[in-house]
Amino acid sequence: MRIYFNNLGNLRNFRSFVESIDFSDPSTLEIATHGQRIVAHPANLVLAAALAIKVGKANTHIVNEIPSTGRSLDRLGLYKLTNTPSPFTDGEKEPAGRFVPVSVIRSADDQSRFIADMIPLLHLSEENTTVVKYVIGELVRNVLEHSQTTDGAVVAAQYYPTTNRVSIGICDTGMGLWKSLNTYWSPKTDLEAIHLALTPGITGTTRREGGTSENAGAGLFFIKSIAKIARNYFAIYSGKAEYTLLKHDKRIATPRLFANPRMDPHTETASAPNFDGTLVAVDITLDETPEFKELLSAIGAVYDEAIRERRKMKYREPKFI
Amino acid sequence: MKKTIVMHTLVGSFAENKDIAKKIRVEQIMPELSRGNEIEIDFDSVDGSTQSFIHALLSDPIREYRDVAFDNLIFKNANDDIRAVISVVYRYMQESLSSSSDNDE
Repeated sequence: MRIYFNNLGNLRNFRSFVESIDFSDPSTLEIATHGQRIVAHPANLVLAAALAIKVGKANTHIVNEIPSTGRSLDRLGLYKLTNTPSPFTDGEKEPAGRFVPVSVIRSADDQSRFIADMIPLLHLSEENTTVVKYVIGELVRNVLEHSQTTDGAVVAAQYYPTTNRVSIGICDTGMGLWKSLNTYWSPKTDLEAIHLALTPGITGTTRREGGTSENAGAGLFFIKSIAKIARNYFAIYSGKAEYTLLKHDKRIATPRLFANPRMDPHTETASAPNFDGTLVAVDITLDETPEFKELLSAIGAVYDEAIRERRKMKYREPKFI
Repeated sequence: MKKTIVMHTLVGSFAENKDIAKKIRVEQIMPELSRGNEIEIDFDSVDGSTQSFIHALLSDPIREYRDVAFDNLIFKNANDDIRAVISVVYRYMQESLSSSSDNDE
Protein backbone atom coordinates (compact mmCIF):
# COMPACT_ATOMS: atom_id res chain seq x y z
CA MET A 1 0.00 0.00 0.00
CA ARG A 2 1.12 3.56 -0.52
CA ILE A 3 -0.02 6.86 0.99
CA TYR A 4 1.15 10.25 -0.18
CA PHE A 5 1.05 13.40 1.97
CA ASN A 6 1.09 16.41 -0.31
CA ASN A 7 1.08 20.15 0.36
CA LEU A 8 -2.72 20.47 0.14
CA GLY A 9 -3.79 18.03 2.82
CA ASN A 10 -6.84 19.79 4.21
CA LEU A 11 -10.43 18.55 4.06
CA ARG A 12 -11.25 20.67 1.03
CA ASN A 13 -8.84 18.45 -0.88
CA PHE A 14 -9.67 15.25 0.96
CA ARG A 15 -10.93 13.53 -2.14
CA SER A 16 -7.69 14.02 -4.03
CA PHE A 17 -5.81 12.59 -1.03
CA VAL A 18 -8.11 9.56 -1.05
CA GLU A 19 -7.76 9.07 -4.78
CA SER A 20 -3.98 9.01 -4.51
CA ILE A 21 -3.96 6.04 -2.10
CA ASP A 22 -2.79 2.70 -3.43
CA PHE A 23 -4.19 -0.26 -1.47
CA SER A 24 -2.46 -2.94 -3.52
CA ASP A 25 -0.07 -5.26 -1.62
CA PRO A 26 -1.80 -5.09 1.79
CA SER A 27 1.26 -6.58 3.52
CA THR A 28 3.34 -3.38 3.45
CA LEU A 29 2.74 0.35 3.77
CA GLU A 30 4.92 3.00 2.16
CA ILE A 31 4.37 6.61 3.20
CA ALA A 32 5.71 9.24 0.80
CA THR A 33 5.52 13.01 1.05
CA HIS A 34 5.82 16.19 -0.93
CA GLY A 35 9.46 17.26 -1.11
CA GLN A 36 9.10 20.84 0.14
CA ARG A 37 5.94 21.23 2.15
CA ILE A 38 3.63 18.82 3.96
CA VAL A 39 0.11 19.72 5.06
CA ALA A 40 -1.55 16.73 6.67
CA HIS A 41 -5.02 16.95 8.17
CA PRO A 42 -5.48 14.62 11.19
CA ALA A 43 -7.82 12.63 8.89
CA ASN A 44 -4.92 11.83 6.56
CA LEU A 45 -2.69 10.97 9.49
CA VAL A 46 -5.15 8.61 11.17
CA LEU A 47 -5.74 6.77 7.92
CA ALA A 48 -1.98 6.23 7.55
CA ALA A 49 -1.75 5.28 11.23
CA ALA A 50 -4.64 2.80 11.02
CA LEU A 51 -3.07 1.11 8.02
CA ALA A 52 0.35 1.09 9.75
CA ILE A 53 -1.17 -0.62 12.77
CA LYS A 54 -2.82 -3.14 10.46
CA VAL A 55 0.37 -4.11 8.61
CA GLY A 56 2.68 -3.73 11.60
CA LYS A 57 5.57 -1.42 12.38
CA ALA A 58 8.14 -3.66 10.68
CA ASN A 59 6.29 -3.38 7.38
CA THR A 60 5.67 0.38 7.42
CA HIS A 61 8.20 2.85 6.06
CA ILE A 62 8.41 6.57 5.39
CA VAL A 63 10.33 6.52 2.17
CA ASN A 64 11.63 9.91 1.16
CA GLU A 65 13.52 12.73 2.83
CA ILE A 66 11.04 14.73 4.84
CA PRO A 67 11.08 18.54 4.73
CA SER A 68 11.01 20.50 7.98
CA THR A 69 7.25 21.01 7.61
CA GLY A 70 6.97 17.26 8.10
CA ARG A 71 7.78 17.70 11.77
CA SER A 72 4.06 17.36 12.46
CA LEU A 73 4.27 13.73 11.32
CA ASP A 74 6.70 13.14 14.14
CA ARG A 75 4.92 15.18 16.77
CA LEU A 76 1.58 13.60 15.97
CA GLY A 77 3.15 10.18 16.48
CA LEU A 78 3.30 8.70 12.98
CA TYR A 79 6.99 7.79 13.11
CA LYS A 80 6.39 5.61 16.17
CA LEU A 81 4.21 3.37 14.02
CA THR A 82 6.82 2.95 11.30
CA ASN A 83 10.17 1.27 10.84
CA THR A 84 11.74 4.59 9.85
CA PRO A 85 13.65 6.58 12.48
CA SER A 86 12.49 10.16 12.86
CA PRO A 87 14.89 12.80 11.54
CA PHE A 88 13.39 15.29 13.97
CA THR A 89 15.42 14.77 17.11
CA ASP A 90 16.23 18.35 18.04
CA GLY A 91 13.13 18.82 20.20
CA GLU A 92 12.07 21.90 18.28
CA LYS A 93 8.44 22.84 18.84
CA GLU A 94 5.88 22.47 16.11
CA PRO A 95 4.76 26.04 15.42
CA ALA A 96 1.48 25.10 13.76
CA GLY A 97 -0.53 24.66 16.92
CA ARG A 98 -1.70 22.38 19.64
CA PHE A 99 -2.56 18.80 19.01
CA VAL A 100 -3.66 15.41 20.24
CA PRO A 101 -1.22 12.83 18.84
CA VAL A 102 -2.38 9.65 17.13
CA SER A 103 -4.09 7.55 19.81
CA VAL A 104 -5.72 4.15 19.70
CA ILE A 105 -8.92 3.62 21.67
CA ARG A 106 -10.12 0.05 22.18
CA SER A 107 -12.75 0.26 24.92
CA ALA A 108 -15.33 2.55 26.49
CA ASP A 109 -13.03 3.09 29.46
CA ASP A 110 -10.16 4.02 27.11
CA GLN A 111 -12.54 6.49 25.48
CA SER A 112 -13.49 8.16 28.76
CA ARG A 113 -9.84 8.52 29.75
CA PHE A 114 -8.91 9.85 26.30
CA ILE A 115 -11.64 12.50 26.34
CA ALA A 116 -10.63 13.64 29.82
CA ASP A 117 -6.94 13.79 28.88
CA MET A 118 -7.14 15.36 25.42
CA ILE A 119 -8.76 18.70 26.25
CA PRO A 120 -5.74 20.05 28.17
CA LEU A 121 -3.59 19.19 25.11
CA LEU A 122 -5.70 21.44 22.90
CA HIS A 123 -5.77 24.30 25.47
CA LEU A 124 -9.37 25.17 24.59
CA SER A 125 -11.56 27.45 26.63
CA GLU A 126 -14.25 25.81 28.76
CA GLU A 127 -17.05 26.93 26.45
CA ASN A 128 -15.33 25.38 23.43
CA THR A 129 -14.59 22.01 24.96
CA THR A 130 -18.16 20.67 24.90
CA VAL A 131 -18.48 20.49 21.14
CA VAL A 132 -15.06 18.85 20.74
CA LYS A 133 -15.79 16.29 23.46
CA TYR A 134 -19.18 15.67 21.90
CA VAL A 135 -17.80 15.04 18.41
CA ILE A 136 -15.01 12.74 19.55
CA GLY A 137 -17.29 10.96 22.03
CA GLU A 138 -19.87 10.11 19.38
CA LEU A 139 -17.42 9.16 16.63
CA VAL A 140 -15.23 6.93 18.78
CA ARG A 141 -18.27 5.22 20.21
CA ASN A 142 -19.50 4.49 16.68
CA VAL A 143 -16.25 2.68 15.95
CA LEU A 144 -16.33 0.68 19.17
CA GLU A 145 -19.95 -0.37 18.64
CA HIS A 146 -20.31 -0.85 14.92
CA SER A 147 -16.98 -1.48 13.21
CA GLN A 148 -16.07 -4.85 14.78
CA THR A 149 -12.43 -3.88 14.47
CA THR A 150 -9.84 -5.53 16.67
CA ASP A 151 -7.43 -2.63 16.22
CA GLY A 152 -9.56 0.06 17.87
CA ALA A 153 -10.44 3.61 16.86
CA VAL A 154 -7.44 5.62 15.69
CA VAL A 155 -7.86 9.28 16.63
CA ALA A 156 -5.90 12.51 16.20
CA ALA A 157 -6.79 16.17 16.50
CA GLN A 158 -5.10 19.50 15.96
CA TYR A 159 -5.98 23.06 16.93
CA TYR A 160 -4.91 25.79 14.51
CA PRO A 161 -4.79 29.14 16.33
CA THR A 162 -4.62 31.30 13.19
CA THR A 163 -8.02 30.02 12.02
CA ASN A 164 -9.28 29.11 15.53
CA ARG A 165 -10.15 25.70 14.18
CA VAL A 166 -10.02 22.19 15.62
CA SER A 167 -9.53 19.42 13.05
CA ILE A 168 -10.38 15.88 14.02
CA GLY A 169 -9.83 12.54 12.27
CA ILE A 170 -11.11 9.14 13.42
CA CYS A 171 -10.42 5.94 11.50
CA ASP A 172 -10.88 2.21 11.86
CA THR A 173 -10.02 -0.80 9.74
CA GLY A 174 -13.19 -2.68 10.64
CA MET A 175 -16.06 -3.96 8.54
CA GLY A 176 -16.94 -0.63 6.87
CA LEU A 177 -20.31 1.10 6.59
CA TRP A 178 -21.78 -1.14 3.90
CA LYS A 179 -21.47 -4.31 6.00
CA SER A 180 -22.50 -2.51 9.16
CA LEU A 181 -25.78 -1.36 7.59
CA ASN A 182 -26.44 -4.41 5.43
CA THR A 183 -28.43 -6.49 7.93
CA TYR A 184 -31.34 -4.05 8.17
CA TRP A 185 -30.97 -1.65 5.24
CA SER A 186 -29.30 -3.57 2.39
CA PRO A 187 -27.53 -0.65 0.72
CA LYS A 188 -26.66 -1.46 -2.88
CA THR A 189 -23.35 0.39 -2.88
CA ASP A 190 -20.80 1.90 -0.49
CA LEU A 191 -22.06 5.35 -1.46
CA GLU A 192 -25.64 4.42 -0.61
CA ALA A 193 -24.33 3.12 2.74
CA ILE A 194 -22.77 6.55 3.39
CA HIS A 195 -26.05 8.29 2.49
CA LEU A 196 -27.93 5.99 4.87
CA ALA A 197 -25.39 6.47 7.67
CA LEU A 198 -25.81 10.26 7.40
CA THR A 199 -29.62 10.09 7.40
CA PRO A 200 -31.26 10.79 10.77
CA GLY A 201 -32.88 7.77 12.40
CA ILE A 202 -30.99 5.15 10.39
CA THR A 203 -28.92 2.75 12.48
CA GLY A 204 -27.32 -0.56 11.60
CA THR A 205 -29.02 -2.22 14.56
CA THR A 206 -32.73 -1.96 13.67
CA ARG A 207 -35.32 -0.58 11.24
CA ARG A 208 -37.53 0.54 14.12
CA GLU A 209 -38.25 4.28 14.44
CA GLY A 210 -36.55 5.62 17.53
CA GLY A 211 -33.87 2.96 17.27
CA THR A 212 -33.03 0.39 19.91
CA SER A 213 -32.30 0.97 23.57
CA GLU A 214 -28.67 1.59 22.56
CA ASN A 215 -28.81 3.31 19.16
CA ALA A 216 -30.91 6.04 17.59
CA GLY A 217 -29.10 6.49 14.29
CA ALA A 218 -28.37 10.10 15.15
CA GLY A 219 -24.62 10.26 15.68
CA LEU A 220 -23.25 10.97 12.20
CA PHE A 221 -26.19 13.18 11.26
CA PHE A 222 -25.54 15.32 14.35
CA ILE A 223 -21.81 15.60 13.61
CA LYS A 224 -22.39 16.50 9.96
CA SER A 225 -24.95 19.09 11.06
CA ILE A 226 -22.57 20.61 13.61
CA ALA A 227 -20.03 21.00 10.78
CA LYS A 228 -22.64 22.53 8.50
CA ILE A 229 -23.93 25.09 11.01
CA ALA A 230 -20.37 25.99 11.95
CA ARG A 231 -19.62 26.38 8.21
CA ASN A 232 -17.00 23.70 8.06
CA TYR A 233 -15.96 20.62 6.18
CA PHE A 234 -17.02 17.12 7.12
CA ALA A 235 -15.81 14.03 5.28
CA ILE A 236 -16.51 10.33 5.40
CA TYR A 237 -14.78 7.53 3.51
CA SER A 238 -15.63 3.83 3.50
CA GLY A 239 -15.27 1.13 0.87
CA LYS A 240 -15.19 2.74 -2.55
CA ALA A 241 -17.22 5.77 -1.48
CA GLU A 242 -16.22 9.18 -0.23
CA TYR A 243 -18.48 12.11 0.70
CA THR A 244 -17.32 15.62 1.64
CA LEU A 245 -19.70 18.24 2.98
CA LEU A 246 -18.60 21.56 1.54
CA LYS A 247 -18.24 24.77 3.49
CA HIS A 248 -21.46 26.73 3.60
CA ASP A 249 -21.65 30.13 1.93
CA LYS A 250 -21.03 32.89 4.49
CA ARG A 251 -23.64 35.14 2.81
CA ILE A 252 -26.40 32.85 4.10
CA ALA A 253 -27.12 33.74 7.72
CA THR A 254 -28.23 30.32 8.95
CA PRO A 255 -27.33 27.24 6.94
CA ARG A 256 -30.41 25.10 6.45
CA LEU A 257 -30.17 21.52 7.67
CA PHE A 258 -31.44 18.66 5.56
CA ALA A 259 -32.24 15.11 6.58
CA ASN A 260 -31.15 13.95 3.14
CA PRO A 261 -27.35 14.28 2.83
CA ARG A 262 -27.62 14.54 -0.96
CA MET A 263 -29.35 17.91 -0.52
CA ASP A 264 -26.35 19.41 1.26
CA PRO A 265 -23.65 21.05 -0.86
CA HIS A 266 -21.12 18.26 -1.17
CA THR A 267 -18.84 16.27 -3.41
CA GLU A 268 -18.97 12.51 -3.54
CA THR A 269 -17.51 9.60 -5.43
CA ALA A 270 -18.40 5.93 -5.71
CA SER A 271 -15.12 4.95 -7.32
CA ALA A 272 -12.47 5.76 -4.74
CA PRO A 273 -9.74 3.20 -3.95
CA ASN A 274 -11.40 0.48 -1.88
CA PHE A 275 -10.78 1.09 1.84
CA ASP A 276 -11.70 -1.74 4.24
CA GLY A 277 -12.78 0.43 7.11
CA THR A 278 -14.29 3.82 7.84
CA LEU A 279 -12.78 7.25 8.24
CA VAL A 280 -14.64 10.31 9.50
CA ALA A 281 -13.14 13.79 9.63
CA VAL A 282 -14.50 17.12 10.73
CA ASP A 283 -13.30 20.68 11.17
CA ILE A 284 -14.81 22.89 13.86
CA THR A 285 -14.16 26.60 13.61
CA LEU A 286 -14.80 27.79 17.12
CA ASP A 287 -15.70 31.39 16.13
CA GLU A 288 -18.48 30.12 13.90
CA THR A 289 -19.96 27.56 16.27
CA PRO A 290 -23.16 28.78 17.93
CA GLU A 291 -23.94 27.95 21.51
CA PHE A 292 -24.09 24.21 21.86
CA LYS A 293 -27.67 24.13 23.18
CA GLU A 294 -28.84 26.10 20.12
CA LEU A 295 -26.95 23.79 17.83
CA LEU A 296 -28.58 20.75 19.36
CA SER A 297 -32.07 22.23 19.30
CA ALA A 298 -31.78 23.06 15.60
CA ILE A 299 -30.40 19.63 14.74
CA GLY A 300 -32.99 17.90 16.92
CA ALA A 301 -35.83 19.66 15.12
CA VAL A 302 -34.65 18.31 11.75
CA TYR A 303 -34.24 14.86 13.27
CA ASP A 304 -37.87 14.96 14.53
CA GLU A 305 -39.12 16.09 11.15
CA ALA A 306 -37.26 13.24 9.43
CA ILE A 307 -38.92 10.70 11.73
CA ARG A 308 -42.35 12.26 11.09
CA GLU A 309 -41.81 12.16 7.35
CA ARG A 310 -40.71 8.53 7.41
CA ARG A 311 -43.70 7.64 9.57
CA LYS A 312 -46.05 9.27 7.09
CA MET A 313 -44.57 7.16 4.31
CA LYS A 314 -45.79 4.07 6.17
CA TYR A 315 -49.40 5.27 6.58
CA ARG A 316 -51.92 3.02 4.90
CA GLU A 317 -53.88 4.64 2.10
CA PRO A 318 -57.66 4.20 1.81
CA LYS A 319 -58.86 1.83 -0.89
CA PHE A 320 -61.16 3.64 -3.30
CA ILE A 321 -63.03 1.85 -6.06
CA MET B 1 -40.63 7.02 47.28
CA LYS B 2 -37.88 8.93 45.50
CA LYS B 3 -34.50 7.64 44.32
CA THR B 4 -31.63 9.99 43.52
CA ILE B 5 -28.93 9.12 41.00
CA VAL B 6 -25.84 11.32 41.31
CA MET B 7 -24.40 11.29 37.81
CA HIS B 8 -21.02 12.91 38.49
CA THR B 9 -19.93 10.02 40.70
CA LEU B 10 -20.81 7.61 37.88
CA VAL B 11 -19.74 9.45 34.71
CA GLY B 12 -17.37 12.25 35.73
CA SER B 13 -17.66 15.66 34.14
CA PHE B 14 -18.69 14.53 30.64
CA ALA B 15 -21.35 11.87 30.13
CA GLU B 16 -20.38 9.81 27.06
CA ASN B 17 -19.82 6.23 28.22
CA LYS B 18 -22.88 4.32 27.02
CA ASP B 19 -21.89 1.22 28.99
CA ILE B 20 -22.38 3.26 32.14
CA ALA B 21 -25.65 4.69 30.78
CA LYS B 22 -26.92 1.17 30.17
CA LYS B 23 -25.91 0.06 33.67
CA ILE B 24 -27.75 2.99 35.26
CA ARG B 25 -30.80 2.29 33.09
CA VAL B 26 -30.94 -1.44 33.76
CA GLU B 27 -29.96 -1.43 37.42
CA GLN B 28 -31.58 1.76 38.65
CA ILE B 29 -34.03 3.51 36.34
CA MET B 30 -36.07 0.59 35.01
CA PRO B 31 -36.57 -1.14 38.39
CA GLU B 32 -37.67 2.11 40.04
CA LEU B 33 -40.08 2.95 37.23
CA SER B 34 -41.53 -0.56 37.37
CA ARG B 35 -42.43 0.18 41.00
CA GLY B 36 -43.87 3.55 40.05
CA ASN B 37 -41.22 5.43 41.99
CA GLU B 38 -39.89 8.88 41.25
CA ILE B 39 -36.25 9.15 40.13
CA GLU B 40 -34.20 12.30 40.47
CA ILE B 41 -31.22 12.28 38.11
CA ASP B 42 -28.75 14.83 39.42
CA PHE B 43 -26.31 16.29 36.86
CA ASP B 44 -24.51 18.52 39.33
CA SER B 45 -20.87 19.05 38.14
CA VAL B 46 -21.51 17.29 34.83
CA ASP B 47 -20.58 19.74 32.04
CA GLY B 48 -22.01 17.96 29.01
CA SER B 49 -23.32 14.78 27.48
CA THR B 50 -23.57 13.09 24.12
CA GLN B 51 -26.92 12.37 22.55
CA SER B 52 -26.08 8.68 22.41
CA PHE B 53 -25.43 8.60 26.17
CA ILE B 54 -28.80 10.18 26.95
CA HIS B 55 -30.48 7.90 24.39
CA ALA B 56 -28.96 4.84 26.08
CA LEU B 57 -30.10 6.19 29.44
CA LEU B 58 -33.67 7.20 28.61
CA SER B 59 -35.03 5.70 25.38
CA ASP B 60 -36.00 2.33 26.86
CA PRO B 61 -37.64 3.82 29.98
CA ILE B 62 -39.66 6.15 27.71
CA ARG B 63 -40.56 3.38 25.26
CA GLU B 64 -41.55 0.95 27.99
CA TYR B 65 -43.16 3.17 30.60
CA ARG B 66 -44.24 6.25 28.58
CA ASP B 67 -46.29 8.50 30.92
CA VAL B 68 -44.94 6.79 34.00
CA ALA B 69 -41.46 7.72 32.79
CA PHE B 70 -42.44 11.30 31.86
CA ASP B 71 -44.10 11.79 35.23
CA ASN B 72 -41.44 10.19 37.38
CA LEU B 73 -38.12 11.13 35.78
CA ILE B 74 -36.84 14.43 37.15
CA PHE B 75 -33.59 16.03 36.03
CA LYS B 76 -31.79 18.15 38.59
CA ASN B 77 -28.91 20.59 38.06
CA ALA B 78 -28.76 19.90 34.32
CA ASN B 79 -27.00 22.78 32.55
CA ASP B 80 -28.34 24.23 29.30
CA ASP B 81 -26.35 21.86 27.09
CA ILE B 82 -27.53 18.77 28.95
CA ARG B 83 -31.11 20.07 28.98
CA ALA B 84 -30.90 20.49 25.21
CA VAL B 85 -29.70 16.91 24.73
CA ILE B 86 -32.40 15.48 27.02
CA SER B 87 -35.06 17.57 25.25
CA VAL B 88 -33.93 16.27 21.85
CA VAL B 89 -34.19 12.66 23.02
CA TYR B 90 -37.59 13.27 24.64
CA ARG B 91 -38.93 14.80 21.43
CA TYR B 92 -37.76 12.18 18.98
CA MET B 93 -38.76 9.31 21.25
CA GLN B 94 -42.30 10.71 21.42
CA GLU B 95 -42.31 11.22 17.66
CA SER B 96 -41.32 7.62 17.17
CA LEU B 97 -43.58 6.06 19.80
CA SER B 98 -46.75 6.16 17.82
CA SER B 99 -45.13 4.28 14.96
CA SER B 100 -43.06 1.82 16.99
CA SER B 101 -45.83 -0.76 17.23
CA ASP B 102 -46.02 -0.85 13.43
CA ASN B 103 -42.41 -1.82 13.02
CA ASP B 104 -40.49 -4.91 13.81
CA GLU B 105 -37.11 -4.58 15.37
